[in-house]
Amino acid sequence: MSKFLSRRRAILGIFSMSAAVCAVLAGGSMISSVSAADPIKIGELNSYGRFAAFTQPYRNGWQLAVDEINAAGGVNGRMLEVISRDDGAKPGDAVRVAEELVSREKVDVLFGTFLSNVGLAVSDYAAQNKALFLAAEPLSDAITMAKGNRYTFRMRPNTYMQTKMLVEQAKTLGVKRWAIVAPNYAYGQSAAENFKRLIKEAIPDAEIVAEQYPALGKIDAGATVSALAQAKPDGVFNVLFGGDLAKFVREGNVRGLFEKRTVLSLLTGEPEWLSLLKDEAPKGWIVTGYPVNQVEGDGHKMFADAYKAKFNDTPRLGSLLGYVMIQSIKAAVEKAGGTDTEKMVDALKGLEFDTPIGMMTMRGDDHQATMGAWIGKIDVKDGKGVMTDWAYADGKDYMFSAEEVMKTRPQ
Amino acid sequence: MDFAFFILQFLNGLASASSLFIAACGLSIIFGVTRIVNFAHGSFYMLGAYFAVTLAPRLMESINPFLGFWGGILAAAMIVGLLGVLMEMLLLRRIYHVPELFQLLATFGVVLIVQDLVVLIWGPEDILGPRAPGLKGAVNILDQRFPEYELFLVAAGPLILGAIWLLFRKTRFGVLVRAATEDREMTDALGINQKLLFTGVLFLGASLAGLAGALQIPKEPANGFMDINMIAEAFVVTVIGGMGSVPGAFLAALLIGELQAFGILLFAKSTLVLAFLAMAVVLILRPQGLLGKPAVNTEHSEFASSIPLRPWPRWLVLAWLGAIVVFACLPFVVDSFTLKLAIEVMVFALFAMSLNLLIGLGGVISFGHAAWFGVGAYAAGLLAVHSHSPMLLALAAAPLAAGVAAALVGAFIARLSGVYLAMLTLAAAQLIYAIAFQWTGLTGGDDGLVGAWPDAWAKSRVVYFYLTLALAGGAVFALRHIAYAPFGYVLRAGRDGPARAEAIGINVAAARWVAFTIAGMAAGLAGGLYTFSKGSIDPTVLSIPTSVDVLAMTLLGGVHTVLGPVFGAAALHLLQDFAMPITDHWRLILGGGIIAMVLAFPEGLVGKLRSWFMPAEETP
Repeated sequence: MSKFLSRRRAILGIFSMSAAVCAVLAGGSMISSVSAADPIKIGELNSYGRFAAFTQPYRNGWQLAVDEINAAGGVNGRMLEVISRDDGAKPGDAVRVAEELVSREKVDVLFGTFLSNVGLAVSDYAAQNKALFLAAEPLSDAITMAKGNRYTFRMRPNTYMQTKMLVEQAKTLGVKRWAIVAPNYAYGQSAAENFKRLIKEAIPDAEIVAEQYPALGKIDAGATVSALAQAKPDGVFNVLFGGDLAKFVREGNVRGLFEKRTVLSLLTGEPEWLSLLKDEAPKGWIVTGYPVNQVEGDGHKMFADAYKAKFNDTPRLGSLLGYVMIQSIKAAVEKAGGTDTEKMVDALKGLEFDTPIGMMTMRGDDHQATMGAWIGKIDVKDGKGVMTDWAYADGKDYMFSAEEVMKTRPQ
Repeated sequence: MDFAFFILQFLNGLASASSLFIAACGLSIIFGVTRIVNFAHGSFYMLGAYFAVTLAPRLMESINPFLGFWGGILAAAMIVGLLGVLMEMLLLRRIYHVPELFQLLATFGVVLIVQDLVVLIWGPEDILGPRAPGLKGAVNILDQRFPEYELFLVAAGPLILGAIWLLFRKTRFGVLVRAATEDREMTDALGINQKLLFTGVLFLGASLAGLAGALQIPKEPANGFMDINMIAEAFVVTVIGGMGSVPGAFLAALLIGELQAFGILLFAKSTLVLAFLAMAVVLILRPQGLLGKPAVNTEHSEFASSIPLRPWPRWLVLAWLGAIVVFACLPFVVDSFTLKLAIEVMVFALFAMSLNLLIGLGGVISFGHAAWFGVGAYAAGLLAVHSHSPMLLALAAAPLAAGVAAALVGAFIARLSGVYLAMLTLAAAQLIYAIAFQWTGLTGGDDGLVGAWPDAWAKSRVVYFYLTLALAGGAVFALRHIAYAPFGYVLRAGRDGPARAEAIGINVAAARWVAFTIAGMAAGLAGGLYTFSKGSIDPTVLSIPTSVDVLAMTLLGGVHTVLGPVFGAAALHLLQDFAMPITDHWRLILGGGIIAMVLAFPEGLVGKLRSWFMPAEETP
């Protein structure tokens, strides 16, 4: 073969390849115009791989709501279509996924995320790009307070609200020497900060005698437990969850850390974390959670029955949350009369929407929903952890004051 | 600190040291004999835990709790040992002769595949195993309670060390292992069946990893992150102890275990940094580790090439110009997300090119190239987020910061070569990762830095695209120019014949150090551009997977090509973007792809194309 031929072939090859790439890309970028009958596209992102225990039931939850709404004719005659992605449980990955959903899939609204740092990153993206984002599970206050923005709303009660619910329980016990253990990232730091503030408000002479902040997913449980025990606290405030919690509870049980001590613990009563511990669930801990099989009310019963019928499983807190997320989006679209982002944002402010556990409001001041949490004690029955002596604490009674919101939230 | 507490914390340290040692010693043994740095060791460990949480409860129910539990642990270790044998026969056997970098990469391919398989088989949720029958309680030591199981672990480490010592001193297999660790060629020349020996070593090493994982189940739920969490620690232990030295690994495990047990009291938030800092200190004082043997400097790099670098023919220059023109037209035809992809491709192309300066031209293996990318990304991000600097200033700071960091690290390691150098680059990257991860006040830790968006004038994606094209494209061609400049010749001389290069007056170590710094700067610029393209940055950019990605891009493109890595970056990134949304098994695909690449065409995409297009010109 002559050199000339091979050169020409190469040049032609490279040019035609580039041209083909351009053509394909250009073809892919064509957008069709939106008509009333087109589905409402909802982008969803969450940590399905990393935090499956919570997010898989959560996916079932929003799927159930979507199916029910579509079977009833959709929203304003338009079907709901959810495009769901894994956010990689990393802030950077999540922002990329969010952008892909918004600019390639052209979704009308984003919802989801689990970790607080991921939620904060997506909320920053939402503010930058004027995209609507409804945070589901990230609990760090910053999402609706210090880093709050026009385009971000949050469903679950934040760390301030949940910590306040727990501290209220501790107030009557008068425990003064406290130790804190929390994962070292946005959620754990936010919860610890709130605890320090709220416990001093509740019990003026309370003191923090030990603090441990293991990296998320990397706790050295033995050393952490003995470092806490060394300070001889009378109470422990725990913010760990998932695998870290399981390790901490085992070491703590064996080493007697929890004996004769008051333990306040965020989220531990949620079935997703409790089920992992089985009969080792720490009895007597005062926790926030979800006593799913004991919650009463017709709305909840209908939801739980439909969930069982569809997935042959009891709902977890994630399931309820996923279901509620879709209900809030439906209500927002109805109130806004469409999916225009600015109109949806305005509609969400002060939006009232129905859920299996009653009406909720998305507060206009700080974009925080009034969803509450169940407070109770952990006990073990039939080899499984359950919540006893529980009561539902309505979120609206525990939110930041309007003055504090004004002061902290960027205007 | 009272005495009882001191003793207790010391025992905690001993227990974690034991676990660490059992996990790490297999890695050291495998390296000693096969010279392969086996990333999949972490996967063996994780599999050990998964098999144990599956087998132990069932055996405990069907036989009796005691026998069932320990039987389950041992069975898990044996199964994992057999999987090690399988890996040796199917994969390692084919890659003993290829450069270390390919071996590292191939075993990392196994890591990715196992991660996906574990999710497929056991599901994504954590599985909590049973506690050890008979060792569930605690004993009182100086009025403090200490778990019996931890005491058992404290004893298990030295027991296993003793068993390995007996195996190595008193059996023929052990003698052969020691002989092969000492001098592999000589053992071969004496007629020892190498295949059998290597298979046996893999069984031993893998079953130790499996045992370590299985022994964790009373303490930790089996989960999908055990592999990466453990492999980083095991590397620290083997590197500090001296690669290939089992007693060294024991000493190093003690050091790290105690450092973490007491470190948690003084620096509760910087336990990760402590371990890597200890490693850095040890390596600066003794590059071969506590009990390791000094590396033998090989005559030339394994990336030595017999292919001379020729100036490009005119058609190739024209083709490139054409391609650039077409590429620059992209903003007129594609949507905003595709443009973002194009920006990312340019960023990774520069990143891969910077690595190729080291590997392809310098013959220097870097396994921690993410460090410089990350330093650049963080430098830009910190300036943008904390001091609200103008974007261009932040972008200028990125290569400077990365260059300074690379120069500092390079000063310590440019003298070394081969796998020791690779491990040191990995160590440096992990140290920087740990700092970024745990210096929460500055870097935001796990949360990262959010809100590093371009200035108003560059906010439009199109403007940022052209900015990236100018900066990354310019840097890529500067790197290309180096290949043909006198400095490039110096580097290649050092790569192909260090002794001869020294003889004609070239300071090879100094040249490598300069190359290290330049590569760091280029990677840093890529990192800075990356930060502003995403608007946020988190420690993932500094992690091992980032280093692996860039290696895969470079090798896919071809290390002995001038601009091959550009194609490698484009191919891998586009494939990733295409495949990720449509499959849940991206890691399976990537891992399989990496292994296939190492086995099938180690010369890379462009290397392959070149051998089609210009066979006569390039073959000497």
